[in-house]
Amino acid sequence: MDPNTPRTTPRKSATFDDYTLSEIRRAATTGIYDIRGAGAKRKMPHFDDLLFLGASMSRYPLEGYREKCGTNVVLGTRFAKKPIELKIPITIAGMSFGSLSAQAKEALGNGATLAGTSTTTGDGGMTPEERGHSKTLVYQYLPSRYGMNPDDLRKADAIEVVVGQGAKPGGGGMLLGQKISDRVAQMRNLPKGIDQRSACRHPDWTGPDDLEIKLHELREITNWEKPIYIKVGGARPYYDTALAVKSGADVVVVDGMQGGTAATQEVFIEHVGQPTLACIRPAVKALQDLGMHRKVQLIVSGGIRNGADVAKALALGADAVSIGTAALVALGDNDPHLEEEYQKLGTTAGAYDDWHEGRDPAGITTQDPELAKRLDPKRAGRRLANYLKVMTLEAQTIARACGKNHVHNLEPEDLVALTVEAAAMAQVPLAGTNWIPGKSGY
Amino acid sequence: MIEIDLEKDGVRGVNSRLHALPKDTNERHWLIRNPMGQHAIACGLDAPITVEVAGHAGFYCGGMNKEAEILIHGHAGPGVAENMMSGIVRVDGNASQSAGATGNGGLLVIKGDAASRCGISMKGINIVVGGSVGHMSAFMAQSGHLVVCGDAGEALGDSIYEARLYVRGKADSLGADCIEKEMTDHHLAKLARLLDEAEIKANPKDFRRFGSARKLYNFNIDHADAY
Repeated sequence: MDPNTPRTTPRKSATFDDYTLSEIRRAATTGIYDIRGAGAKRKMPHFDDLLFLGASMSRYPLEGYREKCGTNVVLGTRFAKKPIELKIPITIAGMSFGSLSAQAKEALGNGATLAGTSTTTGDGGMTPEERGHSKTLVYQYLPSRYGMNPDDLRKADAIEVVVGQGAKPGGGGMLLGQKISDRVAQMRNLPKGIDQRSACRHPDWTGPDDLEIKLHELREITNWEKPIYIKVGGARPYYDTALAVKSGADVVVVDGMQGGTAATQEVFIEHVGQPTLACIRPAVKALQDLGMHRKVQLIVSGGIRNGADVAKALALGADAVSIGTAALVALGDNDPHLEEEYQKLGTTAGAYDDWHEGRDPAGITTQDPELAKRLDPKRAGRRLANYLKVMTLEAQTIARACGKNHVHNLEPEDLVALTVEAAAMAQVPLAGTNWIPGKSGY
Repeated sequence: MIEIDLEKDGVRGVNSRLHALPKDTNERHWLIRNPMGQHAIACGLDAPITVEVAGHAGFYCGGMNKEAEILIHGHAGPGVAENMMSGIVRVDGNASQSAGATGNGGLLVIKGDAASRCGISMKGINIVVGGSVGHMSAFMAQSGHLVVCGDAGEALGDSIYEARLYVRGKADSLGADCIEKEMTDHHLAKLARLLDEAEIKANPKDFRRFGSARKLYNFNIDHADAY
């Protein structure tokens, strides 16, 4: 061919993009699926696709820094003798000792306590450090029942029965051998160094009728004091929420697919479940249809990052939100000052998600004592508290601008959507129109 | 012996009285009349007392027991002695599914048969079944002993960790990573002690032992077809 003939620019396939090609090569080389931490990374409709309208002629705003705007939330008012009251509607999601270092768990407890909210155990049981540093601690009751015992159950302030998780609805947990230290092995009653699998189903109940009896047992053992949450992954939020209420939940936690995990197959994280935004309205509708909205509280999690996300989730009908990944970032996860070390691990700050490997340079998702020592639980806890307070201030700022004297008074009518997809999921009008896809007959 | 009438006091009333007992109580022997198959009877006990249940119990009887001896003079529903920490639970009749699930310690004796998933995710409990057990028994069993004087259903010990299983009859099939293992003198002696404690007459030499092949402890693509 004549070298002077113009050539087309080399074009890469949109279908077989660089990431896809690298995954094919990785799979062909290793023969095992990719495992990683965190939640879904794909682009999907989210809270950024919603906007608040604020106040104008037809709504009257509150003065930004002077007029009161409440943020407290009471969880567990349905059956529990001792509901828990939090100062802010942002809780810390369940993350296990094992997936996280003891220092990280302590920092989460410190930060949550400083900010006036709760933290949550995870798959692996309750550590004394975590109980000691958490004023309000929610004890997860998981299929594996690792570390489960009645003494810790009674020490908890609330119990969260985990049915599913947004990153992997229908999947169990895994903690790979490199993170099964002596202490983790002892707490879980497993041999050191094995790849630990957690069951995806509870061992002694099947379905909501049985679960109702299980909750009765847990209430009997804890003298009917503790609020009981039921956590579900974002799968069928209308029916899952309705059945959780039927089972006797005091609180329902709905975790969308952006919600994180310590370790799960990439294919599971990215291809199973629904976006958080798509889960909220069906869950709220289920509560409303049963006459239980605000009587059974709804906590939403999965991709909550700032006060705007908090305010939008509450406006759509949630009573509180929960954060996991964002809390780890506040502690110091994926921080650019560790870039050199991330590079050595073959990744970069902001993309590090091999939490299952236990080599986290930030000392958070590791059981290596030398790495874990890098995290100062007090300083990290302070950072988390600061972050939680900023999110709360942001949510209050928006609520006041919408004329609300409590963040729970935000409502769907305060919102519009930027995209048709978000309008359909959030069931609020597309901006500039009165069109809610799926409503009004079209 | 102190008698309580569950029909009159309800499950809450019965459990409240039992939970209120201090460890050094003199009120050490209780009889629960009219259990009526109710759920969560005598769960969460935490004192060295004896509680007799005069009839059938529903779900989770003796759940999370610590130290107490619970005698069920009838059949037991699902999850009897689930997550037991210590003590003894004895069932005169049969037990439904998930008997002794996730138990950490203590002894569960079922004189009759146990249904599916007996000893699922067991974590140190000892379970002795006078009859047979259903499918998926000892699934993901971590530690402790399951003794079956009759037969075992399909997929015995699927994905088992370090629990030890003894079966006198036949096992319909073994689950992933569960294999038959040599019965040594050490195992025979341990089995004899368990049968003694359970007050079940059987010759340890008639049993076979099963446990983990430990091939699934760390992922290997060449074992993927076992999952």
